[in-house]
Amino acid sequence: MSTQPRLILDSKSFGLTINRLCCQLIENHNDFKQSAIIGLQPRGIFLAQRIHKLIAEKTGNKNIPCGNLDITFYRDDFRRGEQHLAKPTEIDFVIEDKKVILVDDVLFTGRTIRAGLDAMMAFGRPQLVELLVLIDRRYSRHLPIMPNYVGKTVDTISTEKVSVEWKETDGEDKVLLFQK
Amino acid sequence: MSQLSVQHLLGIKYITKKDIELIFSQADQFKEVINRPIKKVPSLRDITIANIFFENSTRTRLSFELAEKRLSADVVNFAASSSSVSKGETLIDTVNNILAMKVDIVVMRHPKPGAPLFLSKHVKAQIVNAGDGAHEHPTQGLLDAFSIREKLGDLKGVKVAIVGDILHSRVAISNIYCLQKMGAEVMVCGPTTLIPKYISALNVKVEHDMKKALQWCDVANMLRIQLERQDIQYFPSLREYVMMYGLNKQILDSLKKEIIIMHPGPINRGVEITSDVADSKHSVILQQVENGVAIRMAVLYLLAS
Repeated sequence: MSTQPRLILDSKSFGLTINRLCCQLIENHNDFKQSAIIGLQPRGIFLAQRIHKLIAEKTGNKNIPCGNLDITFYRDDFRRGEQHLAKPTEIDFVIEDKKVILVDDVLFTGRTIRAGLDAMMAFGRPQLVELLVLIDRRYSRHLPIMPNYVGKTVDTISTEKVSVEWKETDGEDKVLLFQK
Repeated sequence: MSQLSVQHLLGIKYITKKDIELIFSQADQFKEVINRPIKKVPSLRDITIANIFFENSTRTRLSFELAEKRLSADVVNFAASSSSVSKGETLIDTVNNILAMKVDIVVMRHPKPGAPLFLSKHVKAQIVNAGDGAHEHPTQGLLDAFSIREKLGDLKGVKVAIVGDILHSRVAISNIYCLQKMGAEVMVCGPTTLIPKYISALNVKVEHDMKKALQWCDVANMLRIQLERQDIQYFPSLREYVMMYGLNKQILDSLKKEIIIMHPGPINRGVEITSDVADSKHSVILQQVENGVAIRMAVLYLLAS
């Protein structure tokens, strides 16, 4: 039995939330001279690109490095769960000594972020790493991982699913909660 | 969709177009991995792989070993020449003894065609064929096709001529299967004695004039004359072979079009291909070697999962 998905963020509050996240980033990173944005494949890259574009508009700095990182080869459930296929990793800048903002759409168990941190270290040693997520599913962490910037915190149970939809790929900006 | 249709990689003949596409899509990602500052991912850290080589090899063994190490697998190497095989141990016994030491995947090269297939039916491990006699060399077929795809974007409709010793070549067979499954056209070219009679069953064009074959093709894969397998005289002299089937700069320039030159290695410089062609910008020989590691990582990764 499945019920109608619940709308967590509509397109208007979606825009406002991303706007606020960008303002918070600008507060901490000033001119972004030493900063870089990395979106996690597959769904974090849309948020990373959106934020990258908005910060460029707000600060006038069009040269902030922005890349995509795939974590498939670093997963901790290889040969344990279903098989995942790798998507492209595109990091064409040096992350050594950068302040890296790791971006994903939904923070759930924290395992993806753990894998992302490991994957990122193959490219160098950043000065510091921050985590930005659009949705934080509170009380569901398997690992001690805490985001620095959160769009919206939601309370969910593990059988539920949070889906972030994007104008570019899904037609409309919104966040939905599905019950199983 | 995200898994191979086979348990073992015994030959291209046994896998589907979907499998090949899957291997290519993951090899793209592994190619990016091996160009990182740290060229290693932890995916196969709980897996042990045995490389069992009953026949000499430099490139393939090194390439497999590097692929395995870059996936963080544990690797054991075994060369038949320095082993108990010379004391009369059978293939199954040898491999079962290795498996008793908890090995998950066996990469094997063997001079007898069908040895990996035979082994896959009798031992509990996944088998990757690294060349079995004149039968197949699947990872070479995959990496050759992958290199063409990388250069030309797509394999559909591409014309590939395989020139040289087709009779003794497992590379030719794997190339033909792989290219045809991906929609390319294949021609084989060589002296009558080195083209097997059954080749027409594979639906390939046959040509004995190298110039005509080169005019026709977009890609020429120059095979090595397998001097160690020339048990009888297949052509009057090496000099005559070079005159008719050796690729040099002059012939290449006379074509009035650019073709891609490939060679699976090891090169007999001055026989099937001259140095100025092997080292020219048309040649993708070293890219083939680089792609070999990415392809083998993709195959091992997909088989292990």
